[in-house]
Amino acid sequence: MATLTPTISINDPKLGHGGSGVHPPAFDGGDDGRGDNGFPDYSQRLRRARLGLLVTLVPITMLFVSFTSAYVFRQGLPTLDEHGTYVRDWLQVNLPVTLLLVNTLLLLFSSITVELARRQITRQVALAPLHSIPGVSIGQERYFPWLGATILLGFGFLAGQWMAWRQLADRGFYVATSASSSFVYLLTAAHAIHLAGGLLVLLYTGTTSLLHRPVEARRIVVDVAAWYWHFMALLWIYIFALLQFMR
Amino acid sequence: MATGEVVHVHAAPQGFIRKYIFSLDHKVIGLQYYFLALTAVFVGMFLSLLMRVHMIWPTAVLPLVGEIKPETYLSLLTMHGTIMVFFVLTTAPQGGFGNYFLPIQIGAPDMAFPVLNMLSFWTTFVAFVVLLAAFFVTGGAPLHGWTGYAPLSALTNAGPGQQLGADLWITSIAIFCIASLMGALNFITTTLDLRAKGMTMMRMPLTCWAWFITAILGLLAFGVLLSAGILLLLDRNLGTSFYVPLVVVNGQIMGHKGGSPLLWQHLFWFFGHPEVYIAILPGMGVASQLLSTFSRKPIFGYKAMVYAIMAIGFLGFMVWGHHMFMSGMSPYSAFAFSLMTMAIGVPSAIKTFNWLGTLHKGRIRFQTPMLYAIGFVSLFVSGGLSGPFLAQPVLDIPLHDTAFVVGHFHLIMGVAAIFGMFAGTYYWFPKMFGRMMNETWGRVHFFITLAGTYCIFMPMHYLGMAGQPRRYSQFTELAYLQHLIPLNTFITYAAILTIGAQFIFVINLFWSMFKGPKSSDNPWEATTLEWTTATPPPHDNFGGRTPVVNHGPYEYSVPGAPRDFVMQTDPASVRTH
Repeated sequence: MATLTPTISINDPKLGHGGSGVHPPAFDGGDDGRGDNGFPDYSQRLRRARLGLLVTLVPITMLFVSFTSAYVFRQGLPTLDEHGTYVRDWLQVNLPVTLLLVNTLLLLFSSITVELARRQITRQVALAPLHSIPGVSIGQERYFPWLGATILLGFGFLAGQWMAWRQLADRGFYVATSASSSFVYLLTAAHAIHLAGGLLVLLYTGTTSLLHRPVEARRIVVDVAAWYWHFMALLWIYIFALLQFMR
Repeated sequence: MATGEVVHVHAAPQGFIRKYIFSLDHKVIGLQYYFLALTAVFVGMFLSLLMRVHMIWPTAVLPLVGEIKPETYLSLLTMHGTIMVFFVLTTAPQGGFGNYFLPIQIGAPDMAFPVLNMLSFWTTFVAFVVLLAAFFVTGGAPLHGWTGYAPLSALTNAGPGQQLGADLWITSIAIFCIASLMGALNFITTTLDLRAKGMTMMRMPLTCWAWFITAILGLLAFGVLLSAGILLLLDRNLGTSFYVPLVVVNGQIMGHKGGSPLLWQHLFWFFGHPEVYIAILPGMGVASQLLSTFSRKPIFGYKAMVYAIMAIGFLGFMVWGHHMFMSGMSPYSAFAFSLMTMAIGVPSAIKTFNWLGTLHKGRIRFQTPMLYAIGFVSLFVSGGLSGPFLAQPVLDIPLHDTAFVVGHFHLIMGVAAIFGMFAGTYYWFPKMFGRMMNETWGRVHFFITLAGTYCIFMPMHYLGMAGQPRRYSQFTELAYLQHLIPLNTFITYAAILTIGAQFIFVINLFWSMFKGPKSSDNPWEATTLEWTTATPPPHDNFGGRTPVVNHGPYEYSVPGAPRDFVMQTDPASVRTH
């Protein structure tokens, strides 16, 4: 593929006039995430990543909106039994509420820790330029591993959800027992898979910190992962409320 | 590259694999999507040929499939619909042309998330392979149609193709959903965040508007289809009863109880109707672009066009019930859905009038891309006019499940969208490959295809009104349909001719890629940004420079301007409309 070497510097506001039918484009630094100074523009990238996340949350929301409408539809549906009479086959699921409340607390707590991680790395980024100034020492700040704490709490939540499934099974509610129990497993599993995706991203940021990637790049991942994590906490509260109060 | 210019998030790749296979370059990914769709369209077209031949010679033994049994026919029909809707109509206009030209037309060096872009193509590819695998498993491909209606689709013993074949079908669709969501995410972020300086939303070409709104539709719709697919997989494999009521299959009571097939229909069509617009909106964008360029006139009513695209997208989410008039829905709901459906006629008519207004008194250049753009408008009108018929429950009930519906949707979302793709191919080929396609063979291809598609799909309306059902594998022995056999035979011959003509296109495409006359950077004298850059565009699209946009996208025949077109990057001192 041909690479063109520009003949006019990038900040030159002059407009080129091609003689042969095509005007070459006018040039400017633009606002497309490339820095003018040879360095990647991290604030630009952060904005873009946040926008990307916001857009990502739309289909996830749609997925759960869709499950919810199926839930409401199926719950209100009378059905014919073997004798040809209309019955309602919706069984109220006896949720392990105490365990689920503990899980909820774990998740809420992890939301706090991930927010602290996010703020910590934001501060690190703000202070990073000072390190490069010769003669300036800002001391060795001790960083609490909030990210690690979040990952632990996240795994704790998933383990708790697994225990909740075991308790449900002990109470006789399996996936196919009733439409209601199917929905309990479906919604918790769908949430768990999305949460596990968030955990993978957090683990990835842990790896990148070991690989000494620039703190600015890591910050973008942590920031986006944190917002995603908050959304997961909110989503869980919604699912829990739906399953508990719309039995 | 000059120092001090980090202009691209990823460097130009060197090796063959990184350059052409696992490429991060949106242009290569666009071509990958395009050629995937080209492969898919030939598979889908071959299946339709088998069906058409079987319809009039039901006992004929056909290549690759042998004698077509009723269940074989249903699996052909299912795979034809699925391949065409997902892997052609959704893949080429958006994934192919959108990927290639959206970043260039808004002045960006690439998509917002190049790695995600690559992933989204390869996920689509995997989905296609999984779908084709359904042909080769025990029982063969599924029988439930592209709409996958439960309970047929939800029961593993409902037919030969309903075993592993149906599981593969659902899995393929689920993978496709994820791929499309990744693509939509990229399109939306790119459009919102990567526009060059001066490229305000209202200076974007209508193609970009169409891709943008299509991406939003995809973002909202594919999550719902994914959820429906997950429930279907659970019903099939874990014994749940979301869609399956108490049913008896072959004298055997199934373990399910209490589910509702209507739930599937609601979820499916909540996706399915926006999907129609996902297929057609990019075609509308291309038609708008080309009609203006080749009429040498600004598009008539640019803002109205933008708002009409938005309105079509918005209303598209409110009308899914018109696919379900036969389901026994309340007449009040049917009335509401009918009313909303008729309302879509308004923005559609606005677009059509604006297209005609653009042509009116234009200095029209009848080159091949323009012929296809006009063909698009023609098919859009012909296929669209039967829409308001079907939108009315009282007419839909007799016409539903007849060939009338087949004629309607093939004209409007099938062939019209394909004409959009042809228009796009002939128009952007010089930019993509640096050479011109053969004009004469392009015209031959156009006229045979236009006449052929009308000969195939127009008579289907009459067949439908005469009561010929769709999805029946054999009707030559039904007395009441005897008099329709000549018309059916005519359709089949027209189909054979039209399919044959597509080889003209393919040969022209590949021949021109290597042997066509060299193209200049702006062979059509168009105004948008892709024509300001080298041909084919360099890795970062603008050779280390970022364009600054000073004008709207359709500045043709500007009074007082030195030429009859003002490019978007021309100096602001040139006065435009």
